[in-house]
Amino acid sequence: MRVTVTVNGTERTADDVWPGESLLYLLRERLGLPGAKNACEQGECGSCTVYLDGEVVCSCLVAAGQVAGREVTTVEGLTGAGGAGLHPVQQAFVDAGAVQCGFCTPGLVVAAHDLLARVPEPADPEIREALAGNLCRCTGYEKILDAVRLAARRQAGR
Amino acid sequence: MTATTTAAPATTGTGRIGENAVRPDGTLKVTGEFAYASDLWHDDMVWGVTLRSPHPHARIRGIDVAEALAVPGVTAVLTADDVPGENAFGLEHADQPVLAADVVRYEGEPVALVAADHPETARRAARRIRVDYEVLPALTDPLRALDGDAPQVHPGGNLVRHLRLRRGEPRPEAPVVVSLDVEVGMQDQAFLGPESGLAVPDGEGGVDLYVATQWLHVDQRQVCLALGLPPERVRLTLAGVGGAFGGREDLSVHVHACLLALRTGRPVKMSYGREESFYGHVHRHPAWMTYEFGAERDGTLVHGRARTVLDGGAYASSTAAVVGNAGTLGLGPYRFGSVEVDVYGVFTHNPPCGAMRGFGCVQTAFAVEALMDRLAEAVGLDPVEIRRRNGLREGDRNITGQVVDSAAPVAELVERVAAMPLPPPADPGDPRARPGAVGNTTRGEGVRRGVGYAVTYKNVGFSEGFDDYSTARVRLQVTAGEPVAAVHTAAAEVGQGLVTVQQQIARTELGVDRVVVVPADTSVGSAGSTSASRQTYVTGGAVRAACEAVRAAVLRRAAVALDVAVDGLRLDGGKVLAADGAVLAALADVLGDDAVEETVEWRHRPTHAIDPETGQGDAHVQFAFSAHRAVVDVDVELGLVKVVALDTAQDVGRALNPDAVVGQIHGGSAQGLGLALMEEVVVTDGHVRNPSFTDYLLPTVLDMPPMRVEVLEYADPHAPYGVRGVGEPPTISSGPAVAAAVRAACGRPLTRLPIRPEHITGT
Amino acid sequence: MDFLQPATWSEALALRAERPDALPLAGGTDVMVDLTFDRRRPAALLDLTRVPDLQEWALEGDRVRLGAGVPYARVLTELAGRLPGLAIAARTVGSPQIRTRGTVGGNLGSASPAGDAHPPLLAAGAEVELASAARGTRRLPVADFFTGPKRSALAADELIAAVLVPVAAGPQQFCKVGTRNAMVIAVTSVAVALHPDRRAVGTGIGSAAPTPRRAPKAEQLVAEELDWAGRTALDDGLAAEFGHRVAAAAAPIDDVRGSAAYRRHALAVMARRALTWAWDDLRRAA
Repeated sequence: MRVTVTVNGTERTADDVWPGESLLYLLRERLGLPGAKNACEQGECGSCTVYLDGEVVCSCLVAAGQVAGREVTTVEGLTGAGGAGLHPVQQAFVDAGAVQCGFCTPGLVVAAHDLLARVPEPADPEIREALAGNLCRCTGYEKILDAVRLAARRQAGR
Repeated sequence: MTATTTAAPATTGTGRIGENAVRPDGTLKVTGEFAYASDLWHDDMVWGVTLRSPHPHARIRGIDVAEALAVPGVTAVLTADDVPGENAFGLEHADQPVLAADVVRYEGEPVALVAADHPETARRAARRIRVDYEVLPALTDPLRALDGDAPQVHPGGNLVRHLRLRRGEPRPEAPVVVSLDVEVGMQDQAFLGPESGLAVPDGEGGVDLYVATQWLHVDQRQVCLALGLPPERVRLTLAGVGGAFGGREDLSVHVHACLLALRTGRPVKMSYGREESFYGHVHRHPAWMTYEFGAERDGTLVHGRARTVLDGGAYASSTAAVVGNAGTLGLGPYRFGSVEVDVYGVFTHNPPCGAMRGFGCVQTAFAVEALMDRLAEAVGLDPVEIRRRNGLREGDRNITGQVVDSAAPVAELVERVAAMPLPPPADPGDPRARPGAVGNTTRGEGVRRGVGYAVTYKNVGFSEGFDDYSTARVRLQVTAGEPVAAVHTAAAEVGQGLVTVQQQIARTELGVDRVVVVPADTSVGSAGSTSASRQTYVTGGAVRAACEAVRAAVLRRAAVALDVAVDGLRLDGGKVLAADGAVLAALADVLGDDAVEETVEWRHRPTHAIDPETGQGDAHVQFAFSAHRAVVDVDVELGLVKVVALDTAQDVGRALNPDAVVGQIHGGSAQGLGLALMEEVVVTDGHVRNPSFTDYLLPTVLDMPPMRVEVLEYADPHAPYGVRGVGEPPTISSGPAVAAAVRAACGRPLTRLPIRPEHITGT
Repeated sequence: MDFLQPATWSEALALRAERPDALPLAGGTDVMVDLTFDRRRPAALLDLTRVPDLQEWALEGDRVRLGAGVPYARVLTELAGRLPGLAIAARTVGSPQIRTRGTVGGNLGSASPAGDAHPPLLAAGAEVELASAARGTRRLPVADFFTGPKRSALAADELIAAVLVPVAAGPQQFCKVGTRNAMVIAVTSVAVALHPDRRAVGTGIGSAAPTPRRAPKAEQLVAEELDWAGRTALDDGLAAEFGHRVAAAAAPIDDVRGSAAYRRHALAVMARRALTWAWDDLRRAA
């Protein structure tokens, strides 16, 4: 089947989509956007987190056909206009040393981006609850928390 | 042709050794552009999938692939008959078939391969392969493996290795004797990036393989054996690695993808899903341990005895080396007069087990540290004092008789964690601060706090006489008017930050700002494995040595050109400097259009095999020490645990990148906590019951507490820059500290790990 | 495999009747896992996310009519006051990413004994509204909806339209044990709802029997024994006995997530605590 969807602000079309395919597969294998990651493909790790119509979802749990006509934003779409520069959340992940193997990073960046858009200055328990759906196997989360705090501070201009 | 096959070479970042240099691949990773193995893509590629055995032990009477081949879109279906070389691979012993030929020995063993134009087509075709199995009795209890009537997993018997260690007076009298049995379940590395690779045929009978791995050259050797091809026709390049932790030391998709590529003549991508990943790599050995310590009434250890059985599963993998560690390091970082240790690694029809971070020391540390706490109680000391009193010191001999010839600060480490401030009581108003969190199970009812301590030591690098080396090629030349160093090794960056350290070393040694880390591949010599906490030490040593060779050549060249003596010349800031710091020339001018390149193979001090009767010998090159203190809140009525603090101190010799060191300690600690409280591959009658992240639970950010980390830097005079391996000790001492804290909170012995809620409640 | 995407409720029901081999798909949190891991290959998927009626909730008398497609995230933000038990449970469902997609209707459709929404729906005395093109709409108590492990009263030509949940007349609690502190499937769970208006207590048990179920003997005991008029402090013995009766109502199994004995034990503890908190809240409110 054919799926037409707006991804990172651009209308994209994919043909010959198998109806059982996920949004994750559509993005990674058909639209050339491998930023969303395939760590578990069962909604347990958050590495495939993207925005769907402004809400964070596990793209592995969304059928490709369900996004027809909708808007998807992936980690590739978070950077500034024309893809230049890093978003403050991305920069904070780099600066805080929150990246090791990095496989969880795109999903965490999107989840943290969403949190800070809703709650500009979250307390630690709030950060933890908001990121509890994103597994990281390398960092023990300490520097990820540092990154979110850093991004919040920078966005608040402090 | 359009293809993405490797991450772009890294050129950004600053910082010399000792500074917090930023990862060169960080920007690519936060934007989603870094190419992991599962992101690889090639214009005309097809997808490979694996058909695996549903039985732990069965004879294959026949395989019918006709129906699978007839599925439209299928380009190849392969079985054992299609393996052109030797149908065998293995890290230490080639005992594992590439595709099972006559017998399957564990659930999940690869039996056949399919390539097709879509993964769903390939999966559908794989379901249509008819395998005629005759199910055979399976040996699934490792404690029965050495019984005479046990089913034989391999013709040579079920023993992989027995390590026998004897030291000091046999069976001495000790006024205080404590003992216990401890069992540790099977842990999974659970790296997030699934096993993946892309094999591209070169049209001339050879193949290029892009794959996530820990050791390109040991992979290459095995792939060549199976394909029947020489190394120059099987070229491996490291694809982006999404974590490893030991689980990528053994082959996964490697041979399979190459077989399909050579058969179809097309690029073949293979990428496991999470369920297949649980079957597709080795796990940490489950362990059954019986320990006894004898001591004087003041708590001074007299003797240690241990008998440990490690379930190696169906194939050898690295079981023999894991047995080596569980034996030679199996009584922890303590002084003993008399020692009697027996460790058995056995074959069963359970999933194969091999390398995982901590490698044989993780399991035994649970027994050792629990027994030390028991001893403390028996002699009336606290857990800190018993460790302080018995901890190894520099110059002591360990249980294999090896002198610990650099810092061994056991006492200081445990004192340091004990001196850290204790966390305040949990916020009573916030469920997220309580055991069970938003599960809303307590408002403080049943919650008790407990504190636990543990220390450990771990060998760094490969041991027992292994020829452990790394190769580095460093090239210095002018690019765009600026001197640029290129560092090329085959060492696998798996997330730990070796690429950063390589840049830091080159900047430091060559006095240049711009350093390119060339993608790791087999066109340069072996770097050895990214394991055993060894790469900063060994590949770092090789990079330094290659840089020194380049520097010497450049300075000789400068001396001739400038007509000065070479002695005292040095490089810094892209300039050649005299001894007094005066600038003599720009490095770019000295180099001109030439490149200076040196390749160095670098070895650490040799280690030695241990005596087969006594286990005595200088088995290891270096030891790394750490201590943890865990503070937990336990709902003793429901058996739920909230770790409130997990504080640690570790001697790292010298921190080449202090932030990265702390990151390793954080992450390693989390994996130890996971094993203590939730992580287990549950295997019943040879079947894995929880091959998913739904039921194999990794700690979330709500399970990890804040961590205080104190990094000690007692330089090892024998190691480059004084470094000491960092990655593994945190995974070893964290879990036992958590377990001790839970015991302290609930008052139960808890000798089975991971601790389950029903163990705490006694139901 | 076909992908059917009705735009209206009547179209959805017509497709459901026409294609009994189609698997209804809402938030995808169960269905997509089965597809990806090759556990199910239905002939078609029936995507319900484009049907506007399913995405809304409204008051219907003293009940909330919760459209089957309303995600947990909205239950949490929009209905915590009216349906506190369901909201507490919603907060424990998966992760934020799951809660933006997962729906109460989907939870009912899967009919897993471990579904987090089920115990609070049982305790509240909710009804499920089912519909078919041929026979129209029917409503049945949620307790009658579950017929076995992952089996329900849903007929092959029916879809779940909504669930009708009485607005809470008193305090409600939900407790769930798992082996980690977030994103975990219930090892077992219990919901307790006080109905002071009719001097009754509702219960629901999850992950401890072939289906989610109530604990009628526990409900009966405390309905009779509680001091509804005076609202004096809860007797410890009564709370403990309530816990025992909740545990006795369960029929758990040993599985990879927990033992049967632990599940019973945990139910007794949680039910005791939940009743205590609910009663304390009621006394404070008075």
